[in-house]
Formats: sequence, structure tokens, C-alpha cells
Amino acid sequence: MFYREAGDFKTSYRDDSQTFPIRLDRWGYYAILAVAVLVVPFVINDYWASAILLPFLIYSVAAIGLNVLTGYAGQVSLGTGGFMAVGAYAVYKLMTAFPEVNVVIHILLAGGITALVGIAFGLPSLRIKGFYLAVATLAAQFFLVWLFNKVPWFYNYSASGQITAPERTVLGWAVTGPAASPAAKYLICLAFVVFAAWMARNLTRGMIGRKWMAIRDMDIAAEIIGVNPLTAKLSAFGVSSFFVGIAGALLFAVYLGAAEVTEAFGINKSFLVLFMVIIGGLGSIFGSFAGAAFMVLLPVFLKNLLVGGFGWPTDLAAHIELMIVGALIIFFLIVEPHGLARLWRLVKEKLRLWPFPH
Amino acid sequence: MDQFFFAAEVFINGLMTGVMYSLVALGFVLIYKASGVFNYAQGVMALFAALTLVGIMDGQVPFSHLINAMFGTHLSNFSWTVGPLVAIILTAGVMVLLAILIEKLVLQHLVGQEPIILFMATIGLAYFLEGLGDVMWGADIKTLDVGLPQGISDTIEQATANWFGYGFFIDRLDIWATFIAALLVAALVAFSQYTKQGRAMRAVADDHQAALSVGISLQFIWIMVWSIAGFVALVAGIMWGTKSGVQFSLSLIALKALPVLMLGGFTSIPGAIVGGLIIGVGEKMFEFWVGPLVGGATENWFAYVLALIFLVFRPQGLFGERIIERV
Repeated sequence: MFYREAGDFKTSYRDDSQTFPIRLDRWGYYAILAVAVLVVPFVINDYWASAILLPFLIYSVAAIGLNVLTGYAGQVSLGTGGFMAVGAYAVYKLMTAFPEVNVVIHILLAGGITALVGIAFGLPSLRIKGFYLAVATLAAQFFLVWLFNKVPWFYNYSASGQITAPERTVLGWAVTGPAASPAAKYLICLAFVVFAAWMARNLTRGMIGRKWMAIRDMDIAAEIIGVNPLTAKLSAFGVSSFFVGIAGALLFAVYLGAAEVTEAFGINKSFLVLFMVIIGGLGSIFGSFAGAAFMVLLPVFLKNLLVGGFGWPTDLAAHIELMIVGALIIFFLIVEPHGLARLWRLVKEKLRLWPFPH
Repeated sequence: MDQFFFAAEVFINGLMTGVMYSLVALGFVLIYKASGVFNYAQGVMALFAALTLVGIMDGQVPFSHLINAMFGTHLSNFSWTVGPLVAIILTAGVMVLLAILIEKLVLQHLVGQEPIILFMATIGLAYFLEGLGDVMWGADIKTLDVGLPQGISDTIEQATANWFGYGFFIDRLDIWATFIAALLVAALVAFSQYTKQGRAMRAVADDHQAALSVGISLQFIWIMVWSIAGFVALVAGIMWGTKSGVQFSLSLIALKALPVLMLGGFTSIPGAIVGGLIIGVGEKMFEFWVGPLVGGATENWFAYVLALIFLVFRPQGLFGERIIERV
């Protein structure tokens, strides 16, 4: 009933392989996008922006990045926090060194720099795989955080060791710094999210994405049929780090405004993004959004319930939150290892036939 | 000459730290060998064990914070304290209970899933246990004293001062840790070689299917392995807890045990020990020689980078099984 396919005919291969082959789906996404661009910026306030929407959008970009690497190319990475730090510090250095250049270009360049770093740390993936690689990416996490802590050049020799985003404008609107309005911050993040999702979707359904998936499903077989593991794995690391770097740059410049590397980009960030990918669904762009939304909303919800609703002390609530997050992750893995994206797909399958069972 | 002796002292201290790393790495290896699960929660298990031990010794009321918050009561401690030995036995019991619960509630439902899903489940478990430990026993930093000797050993300092004219500073706790670790490894080896359960454990490690078909209960073996890992975590927790207090950072030593495993190989008990020693010595020596040149605190990442570089040349680690892949 809800998913009308009847009469939705395709007459060319091009139509058949588009991103949203069902017309209803396509219009639904356009509608969501239209609401996100045309309605939300006018009703947004500080609380919604800083507690929910900005983190959701930024972590979506990071989750898309990690999903490219882990979900599509099958290379588990625990170094996401470190790569986000690279994006943040790259954008900081660029913003302070070239103040006259537009900040959008800075953020994209920061993504590019992160991609290079990611490729460098992806090199061992040619020799090692699985858990060994997952642990090896921790090397990136710890080394990069240490580097940004120890080399004063990265934080412009500031006394506190913190980096603070200067004010930069896009089309006359301040998007970074304390003067930026929630709507401007929201819109710039939204623009990058749409860009990331669009790019990732098209990369993953094209030739390069199929190479990644071939490597993920069986690397030796992929090699035999002519996929070059070197380019496939390194391109996955590069593309993934590009998005993760953009997410780090946005997190620092637009959302936080000031950051200290061990606190903002520690190992917990790596796990957080990994949880988003797993709970959302490996190998799904929609899953990246679903996972990010889930992991951003859950703490807000729990905090409102436990501290606001029951009046428990904050530290106790924080510990219980840890327990619930852990238990939920296990629960999800047991009930639906393919994540929220798979649940959504099941719902769609059901709705396609509803109200008739067959 | 003093420089040389100082380096030697750093070396010996590195060895001692390495033993501590090995203790945590051992727990990982046991579980990985017997069930193919990479147990990220091992470090948190050590923290949980140490918290429980302190809680029992001080006669704390478990969940007192939660109960107080829910019912407005003011519970804190029972009026008794428990001796170290009894407390250790009780804690070991708790760890066995935990192993049974983990098997029943988590692992049983994840049989046959991909290894990465199991790994993720143990990360979830780590979060859960961390929260549980804090809710149960409170998150404040606690001191743990089960009667192990601590502090700089005067005898060694005196003796070396007489022999070389340079007094070595070596913590007595480290010496004891080395001793206990050796004992633990000997016990584990004896258990796996000479007991029926130990042989069954090795059979499961070799081949699940074959072990099942000769009538070995996988469930029982998994519970046993997790219990042993829990006990190893308890020993590690006692050592680290005595050394640096029982607090959250204790669970982070698990992260240090990971490069130890990579170096030694995931499936090898000797590998865990040798890897631990290499990492322990390596990071202390690196910090000693190179640390001052680059601003110090290299201990955070040296182990990982060493393991990473090493793996590029020998992907299965020092003692790991060679991975043979067939299409």
C-alpha cells in the first residue's frame, strides 16, 4: 500500500539502476531533502542544533566514511578518531595560514590531507588483514593523537595546546566562530552531508565500489578475476579517510569551535563511529545515517529520562548509560547483525504487500 | 658507566612491565584459541575483577548508589571486612558466574556469526561491564592491598650498590608479579596438558567440529575458558590495581596488550609472554633513548608502531600459526 511499484515501469538500464528505483521512494527522499533545506533552517534553535542536528549530520559523514572502508571494502579500522583529528588540525592550519580562502575549500583540502594520511596508514593492509589490521589501525589512532599533542606547530604554539576556530564566512554568513548562527552551521553541515552521501552512493555502485566489495567478500578470488588489491584497498582507505577528515574538520571548526586532541579525538570517538556503522548496518549508506541518528539520540534520550525524569545523579546516569549502550550493542548484534538498515529494508518489504500477506 | 647501569635498570624495569602486559595478553590468547573470539573486554574484566575484590574486602554494599538514588536510602558499607584470601576466592566465584552469564546471554546466540561481529559484541560487553562495575561499586579511585609487598627493594639496592657501585631501583611488587605470572603460566600449561578438561579445551581450539563429534560439550568448554580468562583477569587486576590503584585507566592496559598479541601471535601462550617482554623492554628503552628528543610520552604509541612495522614483515606474529588460505 505504501510502496507502490505497480505502474512504475523502467524502459532502460539507466532507469533500472538508479539510486532510488521506486518512484515513491525517490519523491520521499526529495521531500525530506526539501524539508531539511527549506524548513529546518527557519525553525532551528540553539538547543536543537547543538544537541541533535549538528552532531547527527557530522557523525553521518564520519559513519559514511567508515562504512566505505569497513562495510564496503571489509577493512576494519579503529583509527577513525585519529583521522578525524587529522581533518581538524589540517583545517585549523589552513584556516589560520590562508585566511582569505573560503572555508569550504579548506574543509575539502583537509579531507584531501586526511586521505593521504589514511592511505599511508592503509599500506599495511596489503600484508595483514582481519583483527591484525584492526589492531594495527590503533597505531594510527595513538600515534596521531600523540603527534598533535607534542608538536606545537600543529596548534600554532598556543599556550593551552588547544585549537580554536577563527570566524570564517560563506556567502557573507559566518559559519565558524562564536558569531555563527545555528542555521548557518546547520546548512553548511547539511551541504557536506549531502555531498558525502551522494558521492559515496555513486562510488559504491560503480566500478570502484564493486572492486571494494569483491575484496571484502573474498580477497583472493577478487585478485584472481583481476581486481588489483593494492589500488582497491588503498582507494578505500583514501576515500574513507577523505570523508572522515571532512567530518573531523566540521566537528572542530563548525560544531565544537575549540578542541583539545586527546579529549575530542580519543579512542572513544573511534568506537563511537564504529558502533554507528555496526548498528546502522554495514555496507549501507542509509545505515550510516540511521546509526548516527541512533547513537546521537540515545544519550540525549537517556539523559532526559534518567536525570530529568528520575532525578538521579549525573554520574550514576552516565554509568547506566554505558551499560545500556553496551547491552544495546550486544542486543542488536544478536537480533539483527546487519543493523537498522536491514530492519528498514524488511519494513519496506512488508509495506510493499500490506495489507495483504502474500 | 653510570649511563650504562641506568640503561640496564631501565631494561630490567621494562622486563617487569612486560610481565604485567603478558598477564593481560594471556587472557586474550586463551579465549581466542578456544573459541576464535577476540575478547576486547579482557581489560575491563580485569578492572571489574579488581573493583569486585576491593568491594568485597571493604564490605561495600553492591549497587548502593543505585539503591540510594532509587529509594532515597543511605546505604554504603556492611559492618564487616573480608580477608584477602577469602575475598579473592569470592571474586573468582563472581568471575565464573560472569563467564556463565556471558556464555548464556551473549555467545550462545552468536554462534556461527562472522568473527568481526563477535569482536563487536565483546566491545559492547566491555562497555556494559565498565558501566556495571561503576554502578555496582562506585567510580571513585580505590586502593587495593592484598598484602603483596610493595616499594623499592632495599636488599637489591644494597647488593647492587656493593657490587657495581650503582644501586638498582626495583619495585618488589614487580618481582612478585613476575613470580606469580610464572606460576600462573606453569599452572595453565599443566592444566592444558595433564587434565581431561585441558585436553578437551585443546581439542576445541584445534577443531570445533571434530571436538563436538567426539562428545565434547562446546558450551562447557566455553564457560570454562571464559572462567579461566576471568581468573587471569583477576590476577592481572590485582597486580595492576596494587601498582596504580583501581580506577578506569586500568581497563586501558588491555589496549597495551593488543600490540603484545600482534607481536606474539594471537594463538600462542609463549608468544604472549615473549611479546609482552619485547614490548615492555622496547617501550622503556625507546622512551629512554629517543623520548627526550621528541618530547616524551612515546609509550602511548611505540608498542603499536613496533607491532605494525613487525607485522608487515611477518603477518602472523612471532609464534602465530601461519595463515594458509585456499580459494
